[in-house]
Amino acid sequence: MSVLSLRGLTVTIQTPTGPFEAVRGVDLNVARGETVGIVGESGSGKSVTSLAIMRLLSPRVTVDATEMRLGDIDLRTLSERRMADLRGDRMAMIFQEPMTALNPVLTVGRQLTETWLRHRATGKREATERAVDLLDRVGIPRARARMNVYPHQLSGGLRQRVMIAMALLCDPDLLIADEPTTALDVTVQAQILDLLAGLQQERGLAMVFISHDIGVVARIAQRVQVMHGGRTVDAGPVGDLLTRPQHAYTRALLSAVPRRGMRWGRERLGAVEWSGDDEVTS
Amino acid sequence: MTQAASLPHPSPRKLLLMRVRGHRGLLIGGVIVLFALILALAAPWIAPHDPYAQDLSRRLLPPVWDPRGSFEHLFGTDALGRDYLSRMIYGARVSLLIGVCAAVGSGLIGTTLGLIAGYYGGRVDAFVTFFVSVRLAMPVVLVALAVVSLFGGSLWIVVSVLGLLLWDRFAVVVRSATMQLRGQEFVIAARAMGASTPRILLVELLPNLVGPLVVVASLEVAHAILLESALSFLGLGVQPPTPSWGLMVSEGKGMVFFDARLIALPGAAIAILVLGINLIGDGLRDVLTPEGRS
Repeated sequence: MSVLSLRGLTVTIQTPTGPFEAVRGVDLNVARGETVGIVGESGSGKSVTSLAIMRLLSPRVTVDATEMRLGDIDLRTLSERRMADLRGDRMAMIFQEPMTALNPVLTVGRQLTETWLRHRATGKREATERAVDLLDRVGIPRARARMNVYPHQLSGGLRQRVMIAMALLCDPDLLIADEPTTALDVTVQAQILDLLAGLQQERGLAMVFISHDIGVVARIAQRVQVMHGGRTVDAGPVGDLLTRPQHAYTRALLSAVPRRGMRWGRERLGAVEWSGDDEVTS
Repeated sequence: MTQAASLPHPSPRKLLLMRVRGHRGLLIGGVIVLFALILALAAPWIAPHDPYAQDLSRRLLPPVWDPRGSFEHLFGTDALGRDYLSRMIYGARVSLLIGVCAAVGSGLIGTTLGLIAGYYGGRVDAFVTFFVSVRLAMPVVLVALAVVSLFGGSLWIVVSVLGLLLWDRFAVVVRSATMQLRGQEFVIAARAMGASTPRILLVELLPNLVGPLVVVASLEVAHAILLESALSFLGLGVQPPTPSWGLMVSEGKGMVFFDARLIALPGAAIAILVLGINLIGDGLRDVLTPEGRS
């Protein structure tokens, strides 16, 4: 059974010029131990989709779905209080900017233990042990000493590892990673991807991996959905999508990625046309 | 400045201490305030005489630097024969007590309002902003006058009036700082980890506001002390025979042409203490703002 089942997700934002549908009828199913990648350019509705699943959008934004379930819990009708209980416990999220996603004035250890104590009725000591254990697991050297460190004392890569540790602290069923490697440089990016893939296998996580980088998604996801203008325009196993893109937009995206053996000056990278309208011309 | 995995990097506390040591104004202010604090706390042991003991046979004795003065009364005595030095030492108690209590009370009100306004924005913010404008439109001295004439003056009335009237700066500063913080990713990240709104306000946002809060609080302590002196001088504040510097200036004003020390000494005490606190406030502002210092 899928961990996350989402059908017909529509997100409407009220703007001064009238309602704007940021997401229109997106379906998303993620099974245990599966990674689904969502690819799309800025403004395609990827992040809004993830925030809608976590129910983190402002109350002024309307979220509609014919189905939105985590396991057998209906996320649409859950009270805000029960929803807050789920967040960080059954479903967790990693953000793009490890610089700003950690509170600058609280130590790493404090932020980790707070999260644990929020969801588990244990003593402080057990929370500390758990946090150190997780920091260790995400490959942070000298984890115990790092508990007393402030975020600004860590590098971007280490900070993102701390975020991952925090997200996995309570062993969630679903992990949403919203561009987790975009702010990192390429070598660190590869390490974080390997780490995420490893942890996901080890724990049988259901993971939604959002990125604008089709190459990154190809590395980590089994299935990919391509989003454009708030719709899923293409979906399928990652191999098929890369070798036999069904949709013109996917072909356009792929042509924008440099290929090995491209000849300088002879071939041009494709540009993805922004149609101005949200309809894609295919 | 920070290197990736260098743990022996100075801790924030040590860095702060280093910055404090290098700031002259902060150190001078600190010494002044520390001195006043010691006087206030240890008044019964330091003061040579009972500040309330009157002795009309020994009234208006000159201070020790006057040829007719004696070491028995270092600062001389006042018109009722009370030891002036002892009254000044006890006066530090009143000033600091009122200053700190008023700042704490105002701080609680202002921080709460500012946090709520800054976090929720919209209509809540509009209401708080209106409330701040209403408060700013109220002249503190006139309100104090009305309250004192209704309830009679006493130390705690003055504390309450000032505590209820000086929260505007707290509210404005906290509101704008919260507005900036609200949009930061760590707030939504905390929410994604299951934090509730009160938790986000108190655990995530409030610690980020400590810097500006400490600065405003210290300036507000100085403000309250000045206001207390002014109110006491007008007869609206602390009532005699409580030793308050403002009251002492008021009691001495009739004698200003015959014995200037009666006004000069408590006046100088007020000025120096307020200067010291303001130096601390400015110093803390320099030391506590890590922005632009990366």
